[in-house]
This record gives sequence, C-alpha cells and structure tokens, in this order.
Amino acid sequence: MSENYRQMWTELGLDLKAHDALLGVLSEAYQNIFMAQDNRPEAMSYFDFVMSEVHGLRIKELLDEKAAGRKIIGSYCVFVPEEIALAANATLIGLCTGADFATEEVEKYLPRNTCALIKSAFGFKLGRVCPYLETTDMVVGENTCDGKKKAYESFKDIINNLYVMDLPQVKSANGKALLKAEYVRFKEAAEQLTGVQVTAESLQAAIKLVNAKRAAMQRLYQLRAADPAPISGLDALLANQVFFYDNPERFTASVNKICDELEQRIKDNTGAFPAKMPRILVSGCPQAMPNWKLPAIIETSGAVIVGEESCVGERGVRNLVDESGTTVDEMLDAIVERYFKVDCAIFTPNCDRLQHIEQMAKAYNADGVIHYGLQFCTPYLMESMPVQKALEQKNIPCLRIETDYSMEDMGQLKTRVEAFIEQLK
Amino acid sequence: MRGFAGIDIGSRSIELVLVDDAGQVQQRLQADTGFDPMAEAKRMLAQVEYQQIMATGYGRNLFEISFDATTVTEIKAHARGARACFPTAETVLDIGGQDSKAIALFATGKVKKFEMNDRCAAGTGKFLEIMAKALGFSLAEFSEQALAATSDINISSMCTVFAESEVTSLIGRGQDRQAIARGLHQSVVRRVKTMLNRVSTDGDIVFTGGVANNACMVQFLEEALQRQVLVPPQPQFIGAYGAALLAAGLD
Ligand code: SF4
Ligand code: SF4
Repeated sequence: MSENYRQMWTELGLDLKAHDALLGVLSEAYQNIFMAQDNRPEAMSYFDFVMSEVHGLRIKELLDEKAAGRKIIGSYCVFVPEEIALAANATLIGLCTGADFATEEVEKYLPRNTCALIKSAFGFKLGRVCPYLETTDMVVGENTCDGKKKAYESFKDIINNLYVMDLPQVKSANGKALLKAEYVRFKEAAEQLTGVQVTAESLQAAIKLVNAKRAAMQRLYQLRAADPAPISGLDALLANQVFFYDNPERFTASVNKICDELEQRIKDNTGAFPAKMPRILVSGCPQAMPNWKLPAIIETSGAVIVGEESCVGERGVRNLVDESGTTVDEMLDAIVERYFKVDCAIFTPNCDRLQHIEQMAKAYNADGVIHYGLQFCTPYLMESMPVQKALEQKNIPCLRIETDYSMEDMGQLKTRVEAFIEQLK
Repeated sequence: MRGFAGIDIGSRSIELVLVDDAGQVQQRLQADTGFDPMAEAKRMLAQVEYQQIMATGYGRNLFEISFDATTVTEIKAHARGARACFPTAETVLDIGGQDSKAIALFATGKVKKFEMNDRCAAGTGKFLEIMAKALGFSLAEFSEQALAATSDINISSMCTVFAESEVTSLIGRGQDRQAIARGLHQSVVRRVKTMLNRVSTDGDIVFTGGVANNACMVQFLEEALQRQVLVPPQPQFIGAYGAALLAAGLD
C-alpha cells in the first residue's frame, strides 16, 4: 500500500506502528492463502486489488464522501438495514471483526470467555488499527446475543458515537412490531445525523441498489452448485466479506462480472478444482474479514466449499426487499418483512435455519456440512447439536468445529477436517 | 520382497510397522518423538525396507513434505488397524499421548462419525502420566494400585493443572494413594464415556493407543459403559499398523 496514505492514517488517529504490523500480517496471509490458489477466475483480480487497497483507496473514498457531506455509519450485524442508511445520504460499512488484536487491553473490558468476534471489535478500537471505525460518524450496536448486548454497554466507554438498536428475539407479531419501531427510530437517527430526510424516491433507489447487490451474490451462490466448482470457497468468502464495505454499485458490477466468467467456466466444464472433489457446506457463525482459517484448512485438505450458511454468506443475503411500495412507510414495511426473515441463532425457536441448511446442502450438492462455531458463542454452539442430529438423520454427515481466531489449534483442526473429508470420499 | 510401511508420528512417540503384501506384520519399531521428529523418523526408516509408506499422526504433514509420502489421518488409520484385529467392530476408542478419539464405523468398516478431545490434555495418556508422577507411581504401578483400591475418592478437576494440585493436597491431607489413583482413572473414564456416547451407544469397543495397555482403564471402561472392551495386542501400534495396511492397498 502506497506511502501517501500515512498522512491519512495519522490524521485518523491510527497507531501507525501497530497498523503496519496488522497490514503486514494481512498481506502475508493473503499471499499465502489466496494468491497460492490455482485456477482462480480472472475477475477475482478486482478483489485482489480491493484487498491491496483495503486500508487505502477505499478509506480515501469514504473520506471524500464525507468531505462532500455524506456520513458514514458502521455496523456489526446484518440486521442493520443498509437501505435506510443509504436513503438518508449515509454509507453503511460492516466493520470487520475477524482477527485478534490488543488482546491484553481487551481483557480489561471483557471476560476471557467472550467470543472472538466481540473481542475483535474491541481490539480494533483499543489497538487503534481500524481506519473504517475511525472514519465512522455513527456506529450501530444491536441487541442480539447476550455477549454483544452487554459488550456494547462497555463499548460506550471507548467510542463516542455508539447507537444501540434493539432487536426482537422471537418471530412473533410483537417481534415484528418491535423491529419496525426500531427501524423507524434508526431512520430518524440517520436523518438527524445527516440532516437529510428519507423520501420515497431516495428509499426506493436505496432498496434497488441493495437488492441488486444481494441479487449478484445470489447469482454467485447458485453457480457454485456446478461440478467442478467454478470458484473456490475461499474466493467466494472473500466476495462475501468485501460485500460489507465496498462501494455498492462497483461491488455489484464486479460480482456480476465474476458470474459471467463462471458461467463460461461451467459451459467449458472447467473449475477451480477438479470434478468429483468432496463438497462441503460451511454453516454457523459469521466468518468476518480477515478470518480465513477454516476455509483455508478445508480447501488445502482436498475438499471444496460450495456454500456458507452464515451472515457473511447466504443468511445475510437471502431474500430481497419487495420493490412495489410507493410510500416511505410501505417501503419500511417491506424492509422489515425482509430482515425479519433472517434466521440468526439469537431467535428462539429458530427452525428456519435448519431447513435452510438442509436446502442449501441439497441445492449445492454438498457431501457434508461443517458446523463452524466460535468458542463461547452460546447461540450457535447450542444450535450445532440439534443441527448435527437432524442432518445425520438425513444421512448428511456433519462435523462440529469449535474454534477461535488463534492458530494454536491448527494441527487438531486439520486432523478433524481431513478425517471428515476421508469420511466423505 | 520389500514391504509396506506405516508410520505414526505422535507428539510423544513414533511407531513404525512393516507389513507384507498380505498384511502380515513383519516388523515393529518405536521411539520417542524427541525435539526433531523428522530426524528420528529417518533413523527408524533406515532400519526397514519398504516400497510404499503411509504416514499418520500429528506429524504426518511434515513427514509428507520431507519424505514425499502419502498421508492418512489418525482416525482412518486407527479404524483400519482396529478392524484388522477385530473384523466386525463398529466402535473404536483411541487414547494416545496427547489426544483421544472415539470413532464409529459402518458395518463395512468405513468411518461413520468421530469425536476428538478438545485442545487440552484432560482424558489423555499425558494426564495419566502426570497424575502417576504426582502420586509417586510408575505407570504400571499406577494402574495396579488403582485396581487394588478398596475405597473411592472423587477427583473433581478435569484440567491437568488443577487435578495435579488437587492430588497434591489430597496426599497432604493423608488420603490413601490407591484411592486417589482409582479416582483419577474414574475421572478419565467419565470424560471418555461422554465422548464415546456421542458416536455410538452399543456394541463392542476396540480400545487402541498406548493407554489401552492400562488394565485399570479397560476394566473401569467396561464397568462404566456396560459394553465389552477389546484390546488388540500391542495397541500402541494400531495407528501405524492401519497406515501400513492402507499403504499396501488393503483398504
Ligand atoms: S449471526 Fe446474528 S448477531 Fe451475528 S451478524 Fe448475523 S444476525 Fe447479527
Ligand atoms: S459469534 Fe455468537 S457470541 Fe459472538 S457475537 Fe455472534 S452470536 Fe454473539
């Protein structure tokens, strides 16, 4: 990344030394994990570029947007509606929580047995290494799992622009009413932040923009059903991760370009891996940037990942917002309708998720499912047991993995994953 | 004729087994892993003549790179080795130096499901070794004394570090060492039982890995599970044996 960003990073208040270290690790991991792959689609070069500029060009763009009067809103969950932010003249950025940072500092605020994702959110702030976070005018925390809920109470002490959104935990009429009320409140907060009113025109345009982005990802998912798999799970995960912070129009165009290439590959019967490789569906906790640990293990052990049942994946992207609304209120209802279907494990009961896992395994011709649970994540670890049981009853092998962001358990994980793949052959 | 070799590179020891093309064992070698496992493996390989080799164990990937060999996980290797000894077995329990695993097999011998202990040493050979030492017993004595115990003491800590200090304080309070030994074996059995029950709940169990040499473990497991526990001869070689059979193409 070029030198002339240093000024920008300093102005954002980053700890340059720690930030250099982070970028060093990141680019090395990217080289070893992504660039080492064979048969990548050519259009992935866009994502290589995005990654090489991850803390550079994109931050510059955001700062330019700010200079032109837009606001930047950060979020940690797919329940924060991008449509509303966009309609209020703000850009929504999904903040990454996929690496350990400043662990000692973090443990002054959070107990050791907190999931790695929450710790990471604190670590990036306390270590002053995330330019996205420092660019935001508002950060939305949401009341999802207990870990996050309580963590935001302490997070308030270390960031000055936290806005907490309440979320339902039950898919009832009351739950839906709560979501609607919270989205209305969020709309007002965004309007207040930007000084721009959400109108039917701006909201409709935002809905279309985000729908197009989701539709492009859905197209990508469907193409992965082919054998040989036209794209590696790692590259697809990368697209899922970049989804959260790239410019929406450019992102959509880039993903569609990849899809065009993949369609050609499927016609030519070529792929990222040979045909008849064991195919795996990964299901569970979000794998936030730059958490590539499990897919890197899977895809260097003789299998290919054909889907992610995850918020950084299909759970986050499934379903579009109905575009037929004409008033702001109708459109808000349509937005609520769409988001209320997200089958996150913080809901009880959460039967849709199991059905989706089974559907995805079938649609993408997966031979087995690896359930990815972050250590100390009660919602997903709890669900992993009934998920495994239900899948096994349908003769779909399922491996439950529980891990974090450290590299200590790499050897053991590799053994488990390899043994699971042997089992599928 | 040159045989087929299987090498099991564990964190504590390395086992090498050589079989002929009918799968008959020709040679068995064992050494401590030490600080340079590849050098140790090389010394062992110099003592056998083989045409194919398959590596297993935690060091298999390192071996694959250094010796251009094929690899198989411990899960499949133990399953294969166990079936060679007991052709109808559908459950395998392997407790080695640093880890333990429970494996369920289909009637065909293919792996159906498996569970492994998590990253700590609780419920493994290492745990038993440390506890034997804390009690001042050799490994053989540890098992014998536990079997000879007439009373029982419940050891509540599963964690090696806490269990060790619990043992020390029990000794300090003048508790019977035999009873403590018994309690420690029971605590490993409890942990293993949970793991086994997750993969299978009936039928005989083939017990492999170094800890299968511990008669007290075998007896307590049978009592706790109400299932027959079968121990193959030289159970610590079963992983290497399974790998050797796979190297010979005897799937
Ligand atoms: S898993 Fe749940 S809490 Fe996490 S991002 Fe998804 S919806 Fe939000
Ligand atoms: S991974 Fe689990 S524990 Fe962590 S924030 Fe998400 S739902 Fe909460």
